[in-house]
Amino acid sequence: MLKAYIDVTLKKSILDPQGTAVKEGLSKLGFEVETVRIGKHIEVTLNDMNRENAEKLIDEMCLKLLINPEIEVYSYRIEEE
Amino acid sequence: MKPYKMVGLLEEEYNKIVEILGREPNETELAMYGVMWSEHCSYKNSRALLKLFNTKGLRVLQGPGENAGIVDIGDGFAIAMKIESHNHPSAVEPYQGAATGVGGILRDIFTMGARPIANLNSIRFGELKDEKTKKLLRGIVRGIGDYGNCVGIPTISGETVFNKCYNDNPLVNAMSVGILEKKDIKKGTARGVGNSVMLVGHTTGRDGIGGASFASCDLTRESEENRSAVQVGDPFMEKLLMEACLELIKTDCVVGIQDLGAAGLTSASCETASRGGSGIEIDVARVITREKGMTPREIMISESQERMLVIVEKGKEDKVFEIFNKWGLHAVVIGRVTDDGMLRVLENGKVVAEVPASSLADGSPVNYRSYRRPKYMDKLSNMDIANLPCPENLSETLITMLKSPNIASKEWVYSQYDYMVGTDTVVVPGGDAGVLRIKGTKKGIALTVDCNSRYCYLNPYEGAKSSVCEAARNITASGGRPIAITDCLNFASPEDEGVYYQFRNSILGINEASRILDTPVISGNVSFYNQSEKMAIYPTPTIGMVGIVENIENSMDIHFKDKGDSIILVGETKAEIGGSEYLSAIYGIEAGRVPEVHVEIEKNTNEGVLSAIEKGLIKSAHDISDGGFIVALSECCFKNELGVNVNIDTELREDIFLFSESQGRYILTASKDNIKDIIEIFTKLGVQAEVVGEVIDSDFKVNINGRNVINLNIKEMKSAWKGSLPCIMNQ
Amino acid sequence: MKAGVVVFPGSNCDSDVYSVLKELGADVKYIWHGEDKIDVDLLVLPGGFSYGDYLRCGAIARFSKILEGIYDYVENGGYVIGICNGFQILTELKLLPGALLKNMDLKFICSDCILEVSNDNTFFSRLYKKGERVNFPIAHGEGNYYADDETLKELERNNQIVFRYVNNPNGSRNDIAGIINKKGNVLGMMPHPERRASSLLGGTDGIRLFKGMIESFK
Repeated sequence: MLKAYIDVTLKKSILDPQGTAVKEGLSKLGFEVETVRIGKHIEVTLNDMNRENAEKLIDEMCLKLLINPEIEVYSYRIEEE
Repeated sequence: MKPYKMVGLLEEEYNKIVEILGREPNETELAMYGVMWSEHCSYKNSRALLKLFNTKGLRVLQGPGENAGIVDIGDGFAIAMKIESHNHPSAVEPYQGAATGVGGILRDIFTMGARPIANLNSIRFGELKDEKTKKLLRGIVRGIGDYGNCVGIPTISGETVFNKCYNDNPLVNAMSVGILEKKDIKKGTARGVGNSVMLVGHTTGRDGIGGASFASCDLTRESEENRSAVQVGDPFMEKLLMEACLELIKTDCVVGIQDLGAAGLTSASCETASRGGSGIEIDVARVITREKGMTPREIMISESQERMLVIVEKGKEDKVFEIFNKWGLHAVVIGRVTDDGMLRVLENGKVVAEVPASSLADGSPVNYRSYRRPKYMDKLSNMDIANLPCPENLSETLITMLKSPNIASKEWVYSQYDYMVGTDTVVVPGGDAGVLRIKGTKKGIALTVDCNSRYCYLNPYEGAKSSVCEAARNITASGGRPIAITDCLNFASPEDEGVYYQFRNSILGINEASRILDTPVISGNVSFYNQSEKMAIYPTPTIGMVGIVENIENSMDIHFKDKGDSIILVGETKAEIGGSEYLSAIYGIEAGRVPEVHVEIEKNTNEGVLSAIEKGLIKSAHDISDGGFIVALSECCFKNELGVNVNIDTELREDIFLFSESQGRYILTASKDNIKDIIEIFTKLGVQAEVVGEVIDSDFKVNINGRNVINLNIKEMKSAWKGSLPCIMNQ
Repeated sequence: MKAGVVVFPGSNCDSDVYSVLKELGADVKYIWHGEDKIDVDLLVLPGGFSYGDYLRCGAIARFSKILEGIYDYVENGGYVIGICNGFQILTELKLLPGALLKNMDLKFICSDCILEVSNDNTFFSRLYKKGERVNFPIAHGEGNYYADDETLKELERNNQIVFRYVNNPNGSRNDIAGIINKKGNVLGMMPHPERRASSLLGGTDGIRLFKGMIESFK
């Protein structure tokens, strides 16, 4: 079986107040970092299919439901379960 | 370690189980006794004393013993209410702990056939300068908000208190209130041999296994690591479950219904069977699990949230499937009602546990604990305020008070709760009680939750009485007549004689006030072991109260309305500064003799205030509590940014008059034309009431015996009061 | 006017808006999300947490059966108002441009909120006056309106902004509280006019919005 690990993040142009808050929190603890961006992680287990079909399907899922293309972008990797 | 110790039982308790069964219990049975006989489920350390409560009254339709209490409010309607603690889970995982606390209490309400219409909460934290406390406050408030907001129940009132005694043990007491038609009351009983036992709602997982025994031990480092015992809430599922259950209850197929709370399927099945005098047989193989390989033991004690047990009349199961299917929820028949009084657990038809249902539900040994007056009480009550200097600049002192976390505006907290959804909230948070209209009637209900735990620490009996009286004053000031109490008794270890003295005397104090005010206790909850290795919490008997507002048009808020209105001080101000917010916030002292409470006088005073409200004589009413007269006076000014010109004649020291927390007092405003009538009302009742000043534009001026002692601008005061919490939280 | 309030799993302001429409004399009904016919003059997408707001607010509700026909309905001139969660659903449907992000300070905010009416020449806002200030409460965690610069310019140019915050509570770009589509028959707004329709509940500023719509059909 194949498993897709999908990451959804806000587009670079969009302000991420959560990321900003976490950056400040890290700074309080002494971790000085350049930027923090926060996103979502989604794991999808797929029925039997080849990798090529799986990629097609994941792209379709992302564009249709999992992301809002107005504000978000996605990336993923697919692994054998 | 002995197996019975692993499930939190004592040797003598184990022996009693063997005696009941006539044999050794197996692993599943032992786990079931472990959770059911834990303090959390069995009330073994409190049952003997809880019997003392005044629980009867003409309006009481359901007293303690069910999922929630119910009172009649007339017009064919009734109100269900209950308060419950979720202290330990919230200490370990603030967000989920608080959220599931709200979820559990909501289920207690709709289990009774009532639609939840309001949530309240009392939350208590350690000192706010601590980063750990801020994290707890953020998480708990967000948890309460996210859950209640999503289900769509307005959170209309509550209290947020800070005291170092809660540093290691924050308290989360969640209260919910529902409305129902009297004819629709449902109970958690299993009756009728052959009727189906159905499990509906969420699937069952390993989350929260052993939560009930977890809640019954002291918080230690290990328990902080023991996070598997924390359940995760799903408010969306709760909303669907609520709608489906309320739809189901309107049909004729439900014999009994009970939510799965602490001790999960074990408690729901044995309690329904025990109440109905019947037995129940269930097959755990039919339970839909969300994890593979769950054992019967795990399924029986799982505390997965958002599940209900429904006893359905045989042959009417299809109606249940239809309704739950419509809402996209699971519903399965997992067993049937029997007449042998046993809770029999099968796995694929093979018996894995078989015990008398009533022995699980009500059979735990009752502990008659010994108690002794703690030594600290005499020492602390002898403190003399006369030795403390009176502050030179009382304006500055007032600003400091307004900024102190216990007095400062709690908008940072309540603005995270949707307090308007449902479009019934007439009086919003930030005043005394919250008030809701009851659509379809002229009535409303007023709701509040109160406890002064510092008083309860210094004098448990008087403190508990004060807490009831303060709740009643909050209801009264909002235009309501108090009718019933739900209580949440938060204490340290009952095994400590001093703590048990606090517990016993708090109950006696609540009882005295409740009898005189005719506000029976209709439901409640006890939470013991709120202590860490370092410290124990102050006794905290939280009082939730409901009152009826006969004509909703007469509901009242605290805010001054018009320039030129007269300010009336009702009640007598005495040199009662012991245990006050003033001593704590300004001098860092928590000692002294707590203010006396004369419940009969309180009752008369309340009658007077209510009568003035109902006759339409007054424009605002506010009860005087933490911080005394001057803090209450300030609070009345903020919303409409009006000021005061007040002149006091008194024999008391200036600071003592201003900050005394003498009980039974209110601040009212009225137009000058009505003053004579108002004073007459109170004179007839033998209650002191006098005009002390008037509402003016924006200056806040107070003179005592002709000398100006406070001269401030209301905007400056408001910004101190309003900005304090956000400022502390953003540091 | 025939109005229908859609009930999604997780809607919780459905009965609030239903009650106001009913009191004002509209012929109003609830429409279950699983139905497939929009046979009303005004479709209301109410506030709440449809599908628990899981994934993104409104993302799952947008695929409900009842909304399959919404594009044709709007194309044919049917009116739609989305309040709070309803606004979020309308942006997910792309019936309105932009998106609603987490509030700037990351907290849910429930409070009174002063708005300025920016466009009084719509089916929805015609009983208000441009520039007038009204108080509609807000109660949301994700009401921070975002659209790219070009879209914002277009919204301004076409006069599509109907309500603006006077003291921006959530970080919305251009203080946007409510917008309308180009055609003028779809309004989305974060604040709750249905919560200000009784003097008992703190004011009646919201009534005119519903009255205006109902009277257009008389």
